[in-house]
Amino acid sequence: MSSKLQGLLGWIDARFPLLKVWEEHFAKYYAPKNFNFWYFFGSLALVVLVIQIFTGIFLTMHYKPDANLAFASIEYIMRDVEFGWLIRYMHATGASAFFVVIYLHMFRALLYGSFKKPRELLWLFGMVIYVVLMAEAFMGYLLPWGQMSYWGAQVIVNLFSTIPYVGEDLAIWIRGDFAVSDSTLTRFFAFHVFLVFLHIVSLHAVGSNNPDGIEIKENKNADGVPLDGIPFHPYYTVKDIVGLAVFLFFFSLVVFYMPELGGYFLEHSNFIPANPLVTPDHIAPLWYFTPFYSILRAIPDTGGGAFAMLLALGILFFLPWIDQNPIKSIRYRSVLFKVNLFVFVLSFFVLGWLGMRAPVPVYSEMALRFSELYFLYFVILWFLSRPRPKLISYIYFVSLLGVITLYDFIRVSEDTQVLVLIGWLLPFFFLAFMFLLPMFANISEDKTVPERLT
Amino acid sequence: MNKYITAIFFIVFSSQVMAASKTSPELAKYVAYTDISDQASLQRGAKYFVNYCLGCHSLEHASYERTGRDIGLTNDLIEKNLIFTKNKITDKIISAMDQQEAEQWLLAKPPDLTLVARARGTDWVYSYLMTFYKDENRPTGVNNWRYPNTAMPHVLLSLQGMQAANFVNTTDEDGITRKEIQSLSLIQDGSLTSQEYSIAVQDITNFLSYTAEPMQLERKSIGFWVLLFFIIFGLLGYFLKREFWKDLH
Repeated sequence: MSSKLQGLLGWIDARFPLLKVWEEHFAKYYAPKNFNFWYFFGSLALVVLVIQIFTGIFLTMHYKPDANLAFASIEYIMRDVEFGWLIRYMHATGASAFFVVIYLHMFRALLYGSFKKPRELLWLFGMVIYVVLMAEAFMGYLLPWGQMSYWGAQVIVNLFSTIPYVGEDLAIWIRGDFAVSDSTLTRFFAFHVFLVFLHIVSLHAVGSNNPDGIEIKENKNADGVPLDGIPFHPYYTVKDIVGLAVFLFFFSLVVFYMPELGGYFLEHSNFIPANPLVTPDHIAPLWYFTPFYSILRAIPDTGGGAFAMLLALGILFFLPWIDQNPIKSIRYRSVLFKVNLFVFVLSFFVLGWLGMRAPVPVYSEMALRFSELYFLYFVILWFLSRPRPKLISYIYFVSLLGVITLYDFIRVSEDTQVLVLIGWLLPFFFLAFMFLLPMFANISEDKTVPERLT
Repeated sequence: MNKYITAIFFIVFSSQVMAASKTSPELAKYVAYTDISDQASLQRGAKYFVNYCLGCHSLEHASYERTGRDIGLTNDLIEKNLIFTKNKITDKIISAMDQQEAEQWLLAKPPDLTLVARARGTDWVYSYLMTFYKDENRPTGVNNWRYPNTAMPHVLLSLQGMQAANFVNTTDEDGITRKEIQSLSLIQDGSLTSQEYSIAVQDITNFLSYTAEPMQLERKSIGFWVLLFFIIFGLLGYFLKREFWKDLH
């Protein structure tokens, strides 16, 4: 390093802890040496955030938040602004990519128990960011002012009116009008731009978990360096560059060759300007909201549906206290845990798929059953926190199946009895597998966790 | 890893198959083959558009100048052949018809067509223009297979000639019998043969596919270099990583 540069660094360091920050977060931040594929998505989320902020800034220069001009201003960006189409496609693809990355990032936490002690607060911060991101995406999607923007917003804001007593007034307060209108558009634009700054929350205090779920800080050498740790820089900075290149390859593939991704990233009907007088045949939110949208529709009563949807999201916040099993990683958990997680992920995909379809009876029944499986995941996760006596297993089986069957009896009618009966088999088999089968087969036993990383 | 990727692909593609299976198989045979690098086709499409569509429909997001430049026409040619109104070459392509009056005459405002190919799909546009048929019960004397009870008259009637629908009776699961269209056949010739007409409609569809996303070609040609860059960047990154990680263990 030249002496001039060293002088400059010294000058800065005397006024700002530059070297300290660098060492704490990069050069002497010890990360476990065995990160695998699932560990790319943390740094990628940061990359997508930066993409969103930068493309977003350029879009605000040309976008017009006005119900009469918004749609045309997007087309102006697409046609007449130099490389405006690229910026717009990057921003739109970025929104979806953000959710792809975040969902995979969250799935990693479920796989390896990254939300468990001492990372409860880290998980809560992450959940807050996730919810902020959802709000961000929802408001951003209103801005193109196409048919789906408009009617999607109408549906979501109407959810607030299901809250007892204050709901109607609350919905009017949020919209600033009796229907989604210009005032809704302008305020959503304002919030959408502002919320970006709330994303920036520091998460680097407790250190990273790893695929083995073993705390590397419990095995340190004489200098206090974790034996199974390697400095984040240069090891993981160079590794993340590879992940970045692969990610950006697929990102560009979408941006340049399939910006609509078959209607999943940009919905076809959003190329029709918003029209308050024409309701589309079928209103579907973008794919990243559809699992929750399915849960909303699974319960015929609007208030109940809205509550179930909020619960589906809210329950994730309590994950560190639901799963109290001291073993973190899926590698050392029982077969039951693995099956439970698999069924949960499957339910999430199926619910997401159903959320894009029109709610015909078969799909509604499926949505209800998979919503039941979605919530059962958390009950079973809690159940698997420690070994339980047989009697408790029976009680769980009978009472859970009882509640589900009771609800079926309330809602069943002449026309739907076959459908309900077939649907009932799904939770029945799942509960039987989880609570009864372990008595005959050895599938509930966790494995021994080794002392050091493998 | 592979399991997860397969699962994701399965879900994405199965839902697309479901979406496609809604229209009747006979109607689904009307498929548009568009190629917006074919400038001759785009120019013919533009000619048909200003002659037959622009009377009612606008392209309010596209200007004459940019459109002409992209489809390979000089400003002079555009002014002589495409602009029939008092519009300047830098203006957007706006129909001269008054929208309020149009609604009174036709019971619906003729929608702007700049983005129709993106909103509905090119197959939709093509099959819509191909499947007008005679129906005395409609005020315009024609109906449409693709978009039943459309308010639009068959403006290409003189080119295509009149078609008639052949119906069959179908009974659905609930035992309700409906008349459904099986096919269309020409009962009165137009000035074009059916093959020529099909090509003309392909040209219009192609032109509307261009107006819906004028930067398609630019997007794809830049995309190639961007992808190539990330492949090289990724390879270099991989070797760098391998070099650094060598001294571990």
